[in-house]
Amino acid sequence: MSAVQEPGLTEGLSVQSHAGFLRSVLRERKAAVVGLGIIAFFVVLSVVAPLVVPYSPNAQTCAVFAPPSARHWFGCDDGGIDLLSEIMQGGRISLLIGFTATVVSMILGGGIGIVSGYFGGWVDVTFMRIVDYLLVIPDLAFAMVISEVWGPSVFHVIVVIGILEWSGTARVIRAQVMSVKERVYVKRARAVGAGNGRVIFRHILPQVGPLLIANTVLTIAVAIYLETALAFLGLEDPSTTTWGTILEHAFARAAVSAGAWWAIVPDGIAITLLIMGCFLFGQAIEDALNPRLKVAHLSIRRWTLRTLVGGAAGMGVRPLVGRGPDAI
Amino acid sequence: MRGADYVIKRAGFAVLTIFVAITINFFLFRVLPGNAVADLSRVPRATPQLRHALEVEFGLDKPKWEQYLIYLKQLAHGNMGVSYATQQPVSTLLANDLKNTIPMVAVGTIAAILIGVLTGILSAWRRGSALDHLSTNLAIAFYAFPTQFLGLMLLILFASVLPTSGMMNPFVLGPESLWARLKDIGAHMILPALTVCLTLYGEFTLIMRSSMLETLGEDYVLTARAKGLPDRKIVSRHALRNALLPIATVVAISLGWIVGGAILVEFIFTWPGIGWAMWQAIYQRDYPMLQGGFLVLAVSVIVLNFIADLAYFRLDPRIKE
Repeated sequence: MSAVQEPGLTEGLSVQSHAGFLRSVLRERKAAVVGLGIIAFFVVLSVVAPLVVPYSPNAQTCAVFAPPSARHWFGCDDGGIDLLSEIMQGGRISLLIGFTATVVSMILGGGIGIVSGYFGGWVDVTFMRIVDYLLVIPDLAFAMVISEVWGPSVFHVIVVIGILEWSGTARVIRAQVMSVKERVYVKRARAVGAGNGRVIFRHILPQVGPLLIANTVLTIAVAIYLETALAFLGLEDPSTTTWGTILEHAFARAAVSAGAWWAIVPDGIAITLLIMGCFLFGQAIEDALNPRLKVAHLSIRRWTLRTLVGGAAGMGVRPLVGRGPDAI
Repeated sequence: MRGADYVIKRAGFAVLTIFVAITINFFLFRVLPGNAVADLSRVPRATPQLRHALEVEFGLDKPKWEQYLIYLKQLAHGNMGVSYATQQPVSTLLANDLKNTIPMVAVGTIAAILIGVLTGILSAWRRGSALDHLSTNLAIAFYAFPTQFLGLMLLILFASVLPTSGMMNPFVLGPESLWARLKDIGAHMILPALTVCLTLYGEFTLIMRSSMLETLGEDYVLTARAKGLPDRKIVSRHALRNALLPIATVVAISLGWIVGGAILVEFIFTWPGIGWAMWQAIYQRDYPMLQGGFLVLAVSVIVLNFIADLAYFRLDPRIKE
């Protein structure tokens, strides 16, 4: 759609350091604190999991589908494996897949977005056609076909998610680069003889950084979602334990008809919480960067949110027209 | 004049994208190295006649580029090969599956749009109220819910009251009235459609809320207010129509996700649609069926996207710029 407005982002951001910017986001937005807290909780849990798991995540330690008890907080699955241990172990692999796939798609999306926006011309046209294609292709169906043709393995899942998810990032970064490269300081740098490489890495990349962070966090959510979906459909290496395969096992081994809700609920809540954490944190950064750039990963077209500068309440107009930074 | 340009441009893009999808589909299955021994004529238990007929139809003894041209030609005639599992033409099977998928997904998606728009409007209207907080947080939660988890939860909660598998009761013998049959299908549709609806509505609520907030800040809303119109009228007559625009875009863009979610939903509830067919194709190593299923899904999303583009064009004349 040609109606993409160039968002004039990060105006006035250059005076702040990135760390300072993140600190101010965390100070001003409760959602960001909650989101970051959730992500940090799961990351820490994954790192220390081997040290703190109460039982082995691979061996039978209790009865088949034993309900939650004081000794087994989340109960046991169809193989008599302690579910708390299994979820902690599965989180390690799910997070690993989610984070690695995100890094792959960030490098692809960030790189292509910068190159596309900076150089323009046929390079831009070619990349944007590919992006258009990836945006309309049904992600999960495509991932299903590829993992089936290549065979199930953790590595393939990472690659599949990586190549599927870079397109949104590339689009957002491209728009940003296109606006940054017309700024006076970039033109000045070029005028005094800075080459393309120096302009990109020294002058443009730092400006795009915060937006890239926001996009990365939002992509982690999508990557985790796709991983659990693929695993649920049985397209994950059957010997690994991830949050997705735990749900798949529960479903395939009739946990539902056995009434063993504990084989499904804690694991599902873990996935939901992590996705929610990524959404809250990523969205908060995006909103802080520019209130006009909302839900960018959902939409090609952007619509503006104007903040009324003071006065609205004083005019006796009810909240109908006034709004603040908490508007999503 | 400009309008015609726009339509032609979008149509051209749709055709190009379909072409890319077909090409990628061909390469995925016939050229890329992998576990798939995707020779269309390797139908298990096939008669030599069928095998020979397929080899001739798809030119399997010819070089790859020639096979590609033949593949295009056969596709144009609606020939997608023969299913390994049932030895019936893939196109016939897929047409039947698509017929089952569309009503279920359509009911779920339309319900999601209605609920999302309604809650989004209420949230924006009563911004900052307890109702707004409740509705927004609920929307974020449902947005984050993985489809398969939500489906399993509904399965656990309603397993005793509603049918949870298939599309109709397989134990009904003898002739059945059309009404009883529809009622049966409807009962089977509730849980899958509800899953589709709940996983989608959260996103629509969030978009509708922000879009409505933005519209309510426009000058013409202030004018309407100054004229002394009641809130209800301002929202329904002045703001709603403009605020609805982003929803059209978001629906179009989420189509890929809707289709992906439908695969999971059909897998959980054994709904005999295209997602279930694709999963079975993977399970049975039925490559022609998998290839055909993916192509049909991709093409439907592209076509629906094109329709959404046209709808957007009608809704928002500014796009002619």
